[in-house]
Amino acid sequence: MKKKVWSKNTKSNLITYGIVIGAWLVVEIMMRAGMLSSLLKGLLVPLCMYVILAVSLNLTVGILGELSLGHAGFMCVGAFSSAVFSKCMVQAIPVSGLRFFLAILTGALFAALFGFLVGIPVLRLKGDYLAIVTLAFGEIIKNVVNVVFLGRDSRGFHVSTKDAFALNLEADGEMIINGPQGVTGTPNDSTFFIGVVLILITLFIVINLVNSRTGRAIMAIRDNRIAAESVGINITKYKLLAFTVSASLAGVAGVLYAHNLSTLAAQPKNFGYNMSIMILVFVVLGGIGNIRGSIIASVVLTLLPEMLRSLNDYRMLIYAIVLIATMIFTSSPGGQAFRERYSLKQLLGQKKQTKEAE
Amino acid sequence: MKKALSLLLVCAMTFSLAACGSKEEGTTAPAENNNQTETGTDAEAPADKPAADGGAVFKIGGIGPTTGGASAYGIAVQRGMEIAVEEINAAGGANGVQLELNFQDDEHDPEKSVNAYNTLKDWGMQMLIGSVTSNPCIAVGEESNKDNLFQLTPSGTAVKCVQYDNAFRMCFSDPNQGLESAKYIGANKLASKVAVIYDSSDPYSVGIYEAFRAEAANQNIEIVEAQAFTADSKTDFSVQVQKAKDAGAELLYMPFYYTEASLVLAECSKQSYTPVFFGVDGMDGILSVENFDASLAENLMYMAPFVANSDDEMVKSFVTKYQESYNEIPNQFAADAYDCVYVLKAAIEQAGVTPDMEASAICDALKEAMTGITYDGITGKGISWEANGEPNKAPLVVQIQNGEGVAL
Amino acid sequence: MMGFISYLVNGISLGSVYAIIALGYTMVYGIAKMLNFAHGDVIMIGGFVVFTTVSGMGLPPVIGILISVAACTVLGVVIERIAYKPLRGASKLAVLITAIGVSYFLQNVALLIYGANTKSFTSVVTIPPLSLAGGALVISGETMVTIAACIVIMAVLSAFIKYSKSGRAMLAVSEDSGAAQLMGVNVNATIALTFAIGSALAAIAGVLLCSAYPSLTPYTGAMPGIKAFVAAVFGGIGSIPGAFIGGILLGVIEILGKAYISSQLADAIVFAVLIVVLLVKPTGLLGRQIQEKV
Repeated sequence: MKKKVWSKNTKSNLITYGIVIGAWLVVEIMMRAGMLSSLLKGLLVPLCMYVILAVSLNLTVGILGELSLGHAGFMCVGAFSSAVFSKCMVQAIPVSGLRFFLAILTGALFAALFGFLVGIPVLRLKGDYLAIVTLAFGEIIKNVVNVVFLGRDSRGFHVSTKDAFALNLEADGEMIINGPQGVTGTPNDSTFFIGVVLILITLFIVINLVNSRTGRAIMAIRDNRIAAESVGINITKYKLLAFTVSASLAGVAGVLYAHNLSTLAAQPKNFGYNMSIMILVFVVLGGIGNIRGSIIASVVLTLLPEMLRSLNDYRMLIYAIVLIATMIFTSSPGGQAFRERYSLKQLLGQKKQTKEAE
Repeated sequence: MKKALSLLLVCAMTFSLAACGSKEEGTTAPAENNNQTETGTDAEAPADKPAADGGAVFKIGGIGPTTGGASAYGIAVQRGMEIAVEEINAAGGANGVQLELNFQDDEHDPEKSVNAYNTLKDWGMQMLIGSVTSNPCIAVGEESNKDNLFQLTPSGTAVKCVQYDNAFRMCFSDPNQGLESAKYIGANKLASKVAVIYDSSDPYSVGIYEAFRAEAANQNIEIVEAQAFTADSKTDFSVQVQKAKDAGAELLYMPFYYTEASLVLAECSKQSYTPVFFGVDGMDGILSVENFDASLAENLMYMAPFVANSDDEMVKSFVTKYQESYNEIPNQFAADAYDCVYVLKAAIEQAGVTPDMEASAICDALKEAMTGITYDGITGKGISWEANGEPNKAPLVVQIQNGEGVAL
Repeated sequence: MMGFISYLVNGISLGSVYAIIALGYTMVYGIAKMLNFAHGDVIMIGGFVVFTTVSGMGLPPVIGILISVAACTVLGVVIERIAYKPLRGASKLAVLITAIGVSYFLQNVALLIYGANTKSFTSVVTIPPLSLAGGALVISGETMVTIAACIVIMAVLSAFIKYSKSGRAMLAVSEDSGAAQLMGVNVNATIALTFAIGSALAAIAGVLLCSAYPSLTPYTGAMPGIKAFVAAVFGGIGSIPGAFIGGILLGVIEILGKAYISSQLADAIVFAVLIVVLLVKPTGLLGRQIQEKV
């Protein structure tokens, strides 16, 4: 029985990779053929970013089984560290590919570091308390970033948490992080191709982690902490590992974000708890623990408000209704019964599988 | 089963992408395109209808927040633009060509703002009025510069909003406002001890504060207290007001929007603290806050480009129309947006562009024309533009007397 | 010294508003086991109803508040019936997401009806401010009313839960809804009642919030809602006295942090204190008993 589930898993994972590569090919062909609207072209990089965020959060929520409401904080760390890196290195490393590669590493590394540091205290808590503390950390990160002033001149770097004057920059000085105005003029290095490659890497890391010995240990902790502990699994180590990897991948998404727009500022909208919750919506709607579901849900839910633009004033209202209706339809016992009665056979199969995953 | 599922998913994905693609095709085919935009704008601006019928039109895009915390400002801009477009179309259009307006929501988010920009591009936008708020405006400015599309922002005040040569603004820049208000306070000897409360999470507020601080030293103004608040904690202002009071400030400088200002003024009255209140253009609109006790704002001074109860004929006509349509007194956002459309009209006429031109060619012509026009509008007379996108207009200080804004 | 006391009073004033919102949060959490993220927006609706009836239609404040309480109670029950009840038995996260959907929905409905422009709320409190120490210390009428309301509500709620039949049913459902059902408690009715009470509290909280901080927009409820949620966790979510203490403490910390550390980092300070408290006491200040049943 166990073995059968396993081979099914491998197959399913290959399909997940296949979908991403397939989607990339289709988009690429359409782009060459000039069939892609500007809106969609502009959305490609954000889509990649949201997919990475959703997959990485799924690692925490679905695989590790802990509710995190501070994912946007790690994204923020990744975004700002990489933006600072890129801005400082624009002259030093003129090759954009190499610079961006290093920026991604910087972002991932800093986010991982923060994930590790935040994870140590956070993972001692349980359930909703853990959720609220992650939310708190996310907000702290956003708040602190908003008061950082970083400048550079011939005398080196200057940091202040007060205002731009406190830096006493020389005439040749350049503001790198200007408090709430954030970082402007980051090179636009993010491309759809890099985004897709990063999605594939994310998938590779997450799927391999899940299917490895480590992953099984993590899932054992999720399913029954005491039992896992009793067979000698080091709870703290595995929890921290999963949390750090998840944070690091969120940092990578932040790097994509920072290098997609020319302005980067920590606003409640992009790095606040609203964003964390938005990513959580992707994960829950895609099916907790279901990686492919996260990908599809984040694509659909990112496109949805844009496709609803013709509704004008009613856009966000409809979005809210769709969200509630979808949740009731997919998750409620009544909705599930309804679907089983009326849906196509294929759809039925998919639901059974998500049920199994839960 | 799995195979069938994956097939289904791939099909679904291709289909959805194809659907998006076909929408693109729609924008290149004019007939279909018109239908699409008609449904898009009908609900918000019935006045745009004749434009859609008349064949060639100038397609003007607008971007600003119409949902979310900053929606008051975006909606005001949208309404101001609608009134102007309606008037111009009724009067025969710009260069005899009707204008068509499409306003998109950006939720005060740079990312969404770029999405809105791209949506407008798909629609066939030839020139842009927006974005309303600074950070989104900077992000959109990058895109419009890449496409060489003419951009005029009604209220993007950050310096970098107009960093490229295709972008112009209608409002004063942040440093300009900070500088002018410090000069005004200094010249009129309003106070020597000043306290500042500013929104440290808003680039607009910080930008003005920094410039004000820099100029204050030259004007013999001592800043005795500088207190911040953030987007997440703007419910309670008791600490900031008390600190200002304790520091003995004779003037409270408030470089932020009227939404928060109404709370600060209420808190000051609660603590019976009555300094001279001095605000910037974001303060305009404070009297439009429904049910606001205007006595709290008595003697409040602010830099504003526009006074709603001015005797000027243009202003009167605008305010009357706005009130008829929306049952609200327009604020400076609406006024700037209204002027933007007329400036665009003036530039179109000066450059002699035609709707069949490419957006990029229109942009080149308009850029040229902008520095050549002198515009008389409701936010100032004899306004001209520098090539760097900044307007030359005289700053105006408004004081609230007996519950009405009066130009000083 | 006078400054400190004055800050303290302001902190308690802000805290009492948080506390009254947190009461509603913690009630719903204790019984329905869900984080009702839409609670803050019900508060906003409560504020708008009073605004419409009192400032718009000119009714006396008491009538306005009663209408608002009635409207919010109905709203709360309807929300529960339409959005949350179908999800009973589904995963907790599914309910959380639905609550967020409801929150967006309420905000956007309010935006469509009332528009985005700020409304100034006329305080319903007519008690004059209390002046102490020769005017150096002023306690506003709103603060006194909010604290009094908070204490009364807390006492009534505690007595209701302890002594009334439906109150004990709530307690039973919160301990073990399955067993409660077997013992003949109507779980659905009990949860509906909880939402009714929680939303009625939200209406009162809305009135007091807007009286103390007289500005009303469709987004007014969101941030105080989150802060109150933090306060509820702070005090131990599910515990009614905990919500009160958590709320007051949160307000005081926020104001003192602003006054003595940094006004830019006020929120970061609040959250940092929360983290420290939870690390020392992982279930909040008074949350011990409730946590045990997990």
